[in-house]
Amino acid sequence: MTKRSNEPLLWLLFSVGGVVAALLIPVHLFLFGIAFPLGWLNAPSYDALLALARGPAGRVYLLVFCILPLFHWAHRFRYTLYDGLQIKHLNELVNTFCYGGAIVGAIVATYLVVRIP
Amino acid sequence: MAEQIALEVTRFSPERDKVPSIQAFDVPLRKEWVVLDALNYVKDRVDGSLSFRWSCRMGVCGSCGMMVNGEPKLTCATFLTDYAPGPVRVEPLKNFPVMRDLIVEITDFLGKLSKVKPWIIRAKKKPLSEGEYLQTPDELDTYRQFSMCINCLLCYAACPVYGLDPLFAGPAALALAQRYNMDSRDEGKSERLDILSQHDGIWGCTFVGECTEVCPKHVDPAGAIQQYKLTATQEWIRSLLMPWGGKS
Amino acid sequence: MDQISINAVGRKELTTYTEYPPKGYRVRISTYWWLGRWAYLKFILRELSSVLVAWFVIETLLQVNALIAGPGAYQDFQGFLRNPVVIALNIISFFFILFHAITWFNLAPKAMAIRLGGKRVPAILIALPNYAAWLLASVIVGWLVLRG
Repeated sequence: MTKRSNEPLLWLLFSVGGVVAALLIPVHLFLFGIAFPLGWLNAPSYDALLALARGPAGRVYLLVFCILPLFHWAHRFRYTLYDGLQIKHLNELVNTFCYGGAIVGAIVATYLVVRIP
Repeated sequence: MAEQIALEVTRFSPERDKVPSIQAFDVPLRKEWVVLDALNYVKDRVDGSLSFRWSCRMGVCGSCGMMVNGEPKLTCATFLTDYAPGPVRVEPLKNFPVMRDLIVEITDFLGKLSKVKPWIIRAKKKPLSEGEYLQTPDELDTYRQFSMCINCLLCYAACPVYGLDPLFAGPAALALAQRYNMDSRDEGKSERLDILSQHDGIWGCTFVGECTEVCPKHVDPAGAIQQYKLTATQEWIRSLLMPWGGKS
Repeated sequence: MDQISINAVGRKELTTYTEYPPKGYRVRISTYWWLGRWAYLKFILRELSSVLVAWFVIETLLQVNALIAGPGAYQDFQGFLRNPVVIALNIISFFFILFHAITWFNLAPKAMAIRLGGKRVPAILIALPNYAAWLLASVIVGWLVLRG
């Protein structure tokens, strides 16, 4: 069999991450990043938010919400750097930065989610 | 004197010039004239040395693709009056080496085209005496859109990825590969997948989507490539889950 | 390579045999190629939305971190979110990610050639469920967060 690249895996992560980002980030960003800080809506209390995050469903949700969009970013940003700046010759550096960054982010996210009391 | 429009044309002679230049001609602005008519007017009446490719002048042969005011166009289907009062700038197709005036070198594309095996592959050919390979109208309809390509290369001129990375297989070649993948008579999918799942194949595409926008035949190469990515990913998952199984 | 001299119109010119395939004149693509055309700029903005996706993930992780650290740290983090610079960045991010979502759902039908009863399902019928799912997900998240 000829050598197959790992592009299908990266594309799959990019696509699934893109779907998660499109479906979920707008509402999160609107609530936590805009509406609560500006006082348009009443922010949930510390206890209410902790109760949401600490359940098994909440933890899985947070992992999906953080990890997949990071891989979405890694893939898109890699190609944007290639094409936008024409730095394909820095291939390995760009790959390490993008996918490495996503992997580090995934590890940090897992660590934090496990530590939710 | 009839109304005129300024036609600005790229001139380049490999023997004489280091870089291309622009030459302006005044041509009659006629309602029924396309840009190709204006070029032929210049060649017949003003300067016989102007070089450009054309053949059918009816949007079938795919020879007369050029940049018209920066957009990849079939010059036989682009009316002068749409650009009045002018000027109309006609340049060779972007992303290809310029050979002379408006003529570009397309050997690169022809090599890529044959690499994706755009023909029906059969595991075992049946003899002529057994008749043709039959196909229902529905089966034809699945790939019909992708079979409309006339190799005019407007999509390559619109594709920034091809411009930046000449190794990229490009829209038309990938769409034609998909056209044969989707043909019910074809049995060459896995053969093509090995070629096209390389980095320079489908994965080079970043879905800018301009290939589809400029296609005069509504082939939708961008759609074909994304569908192909989906198929390649499904095949990859299959080979992961069933490493012992044969390729479908 | 051989060089031959030819006499053209009384002038002496040096010329060379052209190779096959001949090299031709190649235009180098500008680093700013994506500024030259609205569709290309739209493409680059679409791709750059991913940077703001990553930013919001980091913001969310910081919030989780504050949640772990206790109510005091959580209050401090709310103060950070009320910083005008952070609010401005979040508003910009919001529009970029809306742009991502809309382009994503609109392009999804292109990647999915679904056929039913011998006909390709029209693009709108693939895009619409995406938008419905978007609305549903937003309502559920909004309800869960706001009810507390």
